[in-house]
Amino acid sequence: MDNTYELNVTVNGTSYQETVDPRTLLSDFLRDGLGLTGTHVGCEHGVCGACTVLLNGEPVRSCLIFAPQVQGQEIMTVEGLGTVDDMHPLQEAFREAHALQCGFCTPGILTTLLPWLEENPNPTEDEIREAISGNLCRCTGYQHIIDAVKLAAEQMN
Amino acid sequence: MTYKVIGKRVRRVEDPRLLTGGALFVGDVNLPDMLHAAFVRSDYAHAKIISIDTSSAKEIPGVVGVYTAEDMGEAWEPGPPLVSPPPSLEGVTFNSCRQVPLVKDKVKHAGEIIAVVVAESRYIAEDAVEEVYVDYEPLPAVTDLEKCLEPGHTLVHDELDSNLAAHLVQNKGDYEAAKKEADLVIKRKFKLDRGAAAAMENRGIVVDWDQKNQHLMVWDATQSPIPIRNGLAGRLGLRTHQVRVVAPFVGGGFGPKIMMFYAEEMVLPWLTMKLNRPVKWIEDRKENFYATTQEREQVQEVEMALSKEGRILGIRQNIIHDTGAYDPYGLTIPLNTQSHSMGPYDIKNYSSELSVVFTNKIITTPVRGAGRPQGIYIVERMLDIACRELELDSRDVRRLNFIKPDQFPYDHEIIDQAFTNLVFDSGNYQPAYDKAIEKIEYDKFINEDQPRLRAEGKYVGIGVVPFIETTGVGPYEGARVAIEPSGKISAATGVGTQGQSHMTSFAQIIAEQLSVEVEDISLVSGDTAEIHWGTGTFASRGAVVAGNAVLAAASDVRKKVLKLASKILETPEDELELEGGQVRVADIPDKSISLGELAVLANPFRGAVEPGTEPGLESTKYFGPAYGATAFGVHGMILEVDPETMMIKIHKYVTVEDCGTMLNPLVVEGQIHGGVSMGIGNAYYEKLHFDENGQLQNASLADYLIVGATEMPHIEVYHQNTPAPNNKLGTKGVGEAGAIPVPAAFAQALENALPNYDLEITETPLSPNRLFELLYRQED
Repeated sequence: MDNTYELNVTVNGTSYQETVDPRTLLSDFLRDGLGLTGTHVGCEHGVCGACTVLLNGEPVRSCLIFAPQVQGQEIMTVEGLGTVDDMHPLQEAFREAHALQCGFCTPGILTTLLPWLEENPNPTEDEIREAISGNLCRCTGYQHIIDAVKLAAEQMN
Repeated sequence: MTYKVIGKRVRRVEDPRLLTGGALFVGDVNLPDMLHAAFVRSDYAHAKIISIDTSSAKEIPGVVGVYTAEDMGEAWEPGPPLVSPPPSLEGVTFNSCRQVPLVKDKVKHAGEIIAVVVAESRYIAEDAVEEVYVDYEPLPAVTDLEKCLEPGHTLVHDELDSNLAAHLVQNKGDYEAAKKEADLVIKRKFKLDRGAAAAMENRGIVVDWDQKNQHLMVWDATQSPIPIRNGLAGRLGLRTHQVRVVAPFVGGGFGPKIMMFYAEEMVLPWLTMKLNRPVKWIEDRKENFYATTQEREQVQEVEMALSKEGRILGIRQNIIHDTGAYDPYGLTIPLNTQSHSMGPYDIKNYSSELSVVFTNKIITTPVRGAGRPQGIYIVERMLDIACRELELDSRDVRRLNFIKPDQFPYDHEIIDQAFTNLVFDSGNYQPAYDKAIEKIEYDKFINEDQPRLRAEGKYVGIGVVPFIETTGVGPYEGARVAIEPSGKISAATGVGTQGQSHMTSFAQIIAEQLSVEVEDISLVSGDTAEIHWGTGTFASRGAVVAGNAVLAAASDVRKKVLKLASKILETPEDELELEGGQVRVADIPDKSISLGELAVLANPFRGAVEPGTEPGLESTKYFGPAYGATAFGVHGMILEVDPETMMIKIHKYVTVEDCGTMLNPLVVEGQIHGGVSMGIGNAYYEKLHFDENGQLQNASLADYLIVGATEMPHIEVYHQNTPAPNNKLGTKGVGEAGAIPVPAAFAQALENALPNYDLEITETPLSPNRLFELLYRQED
């Protein structure tokens, strides 16, 4: 049995050609294979949302996908959103509103919100709560996250 | 005191790295030639191990080794007693039974470790775990807190006579005499059950033994790196300088990450020294449910004696507390329960008997709240019940019983978790309570909203609960502050961060003293290479104990700066001012020197440092309070129950917090929001269901329901400031406060919402199902 797989994938705009074990989870491939450790793994069963990345622009749980399933496709992780010196307005808003504490769930929340805000540029509080209802945060009680999303929506408009 | 930086809503220094995926968590540590560990865990809660067959696991390509207790030889020893029993009480029974690295003979809870596999990848290691065959002789599981003390009951620890782990009695005044004077004596039994801390980051540890340097490097998702360093050095026969423990960014702690030592923390360092290769283990979520400590399980019988005016004459309490399979954490949780069982009230007579029991369940250690919610729950529930019987307004009764401002410091004459007298340092309870009543619009709700909504067929109720939180206990913490030649500031403390914003809040204290920008301060928390002494992050004490150590170190550096600048600028110290990283002569702005230049001058390469002085602009200081700083708060909530589904909707949630001086209100509010979310979980969603075999039935995040954004209300946070008198900053802790009163407030609001059901709630956590059972049972 051939135990390797040649994976071609674009992550954060860079093309990668990597040999992987076919059963490698996308989350592990990103973290251990490419060193993009901003994607966090909180539950490994698709509930907590910490490992959310964008697959062709749509949020997916990278712990529920095998790396070969993204063959030829485009991934975006939190590392593709902004840098320390040049953060995305959504990241800036999270900082401004103290929307993170330990920061472990944050990358998955940012990647969930990025496409959602494009589709929902003027969200209400209830809509924001619904949008992040698949992302668990144990630190913030979500309130400052909601403040941050409102702030980001204002600034991105 | 007017501050420029302290007390301001300063945005966090640590955020850019966390927001861009650049912050280091233990799981991100990958080293060349690194091996991966996975553990074989017991399927049974209680069973003898007949045999362990590791042979086929060892044959899997990529497996480096499979090890059992036998393989550890003399390195096998139980974990240390983390917190010893209180020495100052007579008649204390304490049976110390500590967790082991790998089980030798008998497993005592499901999830306990029997063997460890080390392999070239985590995937291979987990494959091999499935190939380790353990032959068990299952034994009846000890799970019932009350029955387990009956004579002849199955024993968790065969070397003991019973399942009693500890027993102590605490008395204040004379309860029996008070009871004779009472107009009303009520007695109730309470059942408080378990929940999980469920930090979003599971535990993890990476270890790397450097044979040539004879040095052990450890990255550990712990709340307590310095004691881990000290303990590991002792266990491994090393000096402390041969071990460096780093707790980098830690993805939430909430208590269980200060359980020392977890079995994995004992096994991994042994493995790296044995194999001479780095080894990594990251806990998965299932393991987090089975192997990370939990909290809250108690059965209590409580009696309260009152006068007809509602004055509480005394409380008698019998607590049975479940420590799980082992008791490394001593009596911290139940002592906290006792310390909070009189709430914020002036109660002269208290008698509390505590029995701690062993069961075949996961070890309990503090989880955000740490015994406090149980105390507040019983005293507030008893007051609500008493007020109904006495037909008194519960608000008046609470006001009548509050400790008054002129009674502080208030000595409760019992011991607290730090084994010192339970003394409340300060407080001003009634104004905060009244503010909460006002902000929740209590009268408007009772007189207008509730009747109107009830007429519409809605079940809406209100609950308002005051609480105290003992915070900021000793023994001590330290901080080091230094000015670098660049003029930037480096600082360190042993109190690691799990999201509490230490890098910002502590920087604010330094910025205040040295008149520099918060961004110019780099604070390391949780690296034993940076500071030698400390205990850790627990008990809502960072802002108090480490905060005041930071203040002491920063103000000492300020003194050194002024002394040296005075000499260089030939100007008396009192004519100098610090501003923007410069020391200036007050009247001559051009005559100045930068902090960086002073730092260089303070560390000369030639010449001699004057006798009695130290090189550099650096200081390390410690702070240890005689007793803690007691915070106060009030939570008010209005909720609606759907009578069909028993799902609830919280319409309004108000908190008033008095944590003394706030270092950063933004951070304080964040702490309260998060605490409330955990409290709502504790009240209505999060319960760990163990069956009679000691098996956890809901060990996944799909089945154990952490509160999500749609369950959370908007929380209004209001502040009151009664500064702590025994520390210079005037701070009191707030980390756990949010979680403490929620179950009690929830119960009060549910009873208020469902007046036709004669509902009396004496248990927590509830759930929609459980509420339905309680109502249905009463309708029968």
